[in-house]
Amino acid sequence: MKETVITSGRMNPGIDPVLHAWGWEIPIYLFLGGVVAGILFFAGLYYIRGKSEQYKATVKIAPLFVPAMLSIGLLALFLDLTHKLYFWRLYTIIRWESPMSWGAWILMIVFPLSLMWIATFIEDIFPNWDWKFNFVKKTVTWLTGFQKWMAWGLIITSLILGMYTGILLSAFNARPFWNTAILGPLFLVSGLSTGTAFIMLISKSHEEKSKLGQIDLVLIAIEIFLIIHMFMGFLASTEVQIHAAHMFLGGPYTAVFWTFVFTLGLIVPFISEALELKGFKIPVVIPAMLVLIGGLILRFIVVDAGQSSRWLYKFVEQLQ
Amino acid sequence: MARYAMAIDTKRCVGCADCVVACQTENNVPIGYCRDWIVQDTYGEYPNLSMEIRSERCNHCDDSPCVRCCPTSASHYAEGGIVLVTHDECIGCKACITSCPYDARYVHPEGYIDKCTFCIHRVKEGEDPACVAVCPTHCMIFGDLDDKNSEISKVLRSRKYKTLIPEAGTKPHVFYLL
Repeated sequence: MKETVITSGRMNPGIDPVLHAWGWEIPIYLFLGGVVAGILFFAGLYYIRGKSEQYKATVKIAPLFVPAMLSIGLLALFLDLTHKLYFWRLYTIIRWESPMSWGAWILMIVFPLSLMWIATFIEDIFPNWDWKFNFVKKTVTWLTGFQKWMAWGLIITSLILGMYTGILLSAFNARPFWNTAILGPLFLVSGLSTGTAFIMLISKSHEEKSKLGQIDLVLIAIEIFLIIHMFMGFLASTEVQIHAAHMFLGGPYTAVFWTFVFTLGLIVPFISEALELKGFKIPVVIPAMLVLIGGLILRFIVVDAGQSSRWLYKFVEQLQ
Repeated sequence: MARYAMAIDTKRCVGCADCVVACQTENNVPIGYCRDWIVQDTYGEYPNLSMEIRSERCNHCDDSPCVRCCPTSASHYAEGGIVLVTHDECIGCKACITSCPYDARYVHPEGYIDKCTFCIHRVKEGEDPACVAVCPTHCMIFGDLDDKNSEISKVLRSRKYKTLIPEAGTKPHVFYLL
């Protein structure tokens, strides 16, 4: 038998007895970052494939929501900082080893790029739009000539953005539950899936909705594969990672994860989109909302569970 | 170049926590926080018990995940491999807190991230860190690993020792003599 006690009584706020450095702000941001990555990826993709008119919601309308989503996400990140007045320090240096540094810089590219993208399409969507100043109008007309380049830019940066939301967590080997290379691809695919779900909600074209539903079906299948693969990897790994997996296989996260994320967030939308493909009439709002809510809960659970998994001082486990 | 490290003799440590109090006083650590702490591992079953007592703190690792993940380079290696946080470069993103397998860091009430500094201000003056200086059993040794004749180099050549979770790959520089 072995019993560990901190006899000097360490109780640093936010650290003990269980790490709670990151609260609601980080999962909200990771979720919105994922949705944005999904929206921008498909906007760029369908523009390049020459389907801007056919898939109007994907290419032109959904990106209109991106700046607001990014702003809310960035506001959440800002609220999470504890030394807020120094946030600009992020932009005085590029640190290749720090995923948070690339995240900050990639957002510096994605945000203006999304604004430029929207600007070049806004007159298509709002025919009475008036730029008021002539130089703005001229700049936008000039930018319109670069739409193809911007579309490629969107595809590349959105993939990096979607991937980084997972790598941000997986780079921490101190938290065994996060320390898996699967997390990057998992968050990317989940982001693309929530992005398609969002576009499906706002699209009015039946053809577009059905195409996105088919894409989402594939994305959900990949997500299910990655989740199973992630747990297989944990169970085949070291003690701390086996322990991390057991938090979801009988431990405190079991019910919430397998009910809300796996069943309601993946399996149910998968079945309903598959039935839709077979010709059954299912309102698109059902799979789309389930995917979005499932994606949000996934991020909350992953951020929380990572902080509960550790190498040392397993006091809570000792009590069980 | 020096490489500072600490060796703590678990056979001598009685867990009095003088080091914890000395640190709090020396570094003006806010009330309710600590940069070092005493861990007591008890093995066996009554009446056959054995105990290992350790004074723990930031391990000033050679390959520090906190330095690697810091987006602003506020967390950095100072002289002698001491890991420090520059307060006015720190944005308080807490990436370093989550990256530390030893949970050695915390958010200072003033917003920046804080932790053990190996009392670099004392070390620069040629003194021992406060925790080492006050230890009543002289179980803690601070010194330069690059100096083959330093007390710490000698003791690490002659005694068995361990570091905490070396499998995390951090190359910690607080050694526990067994």
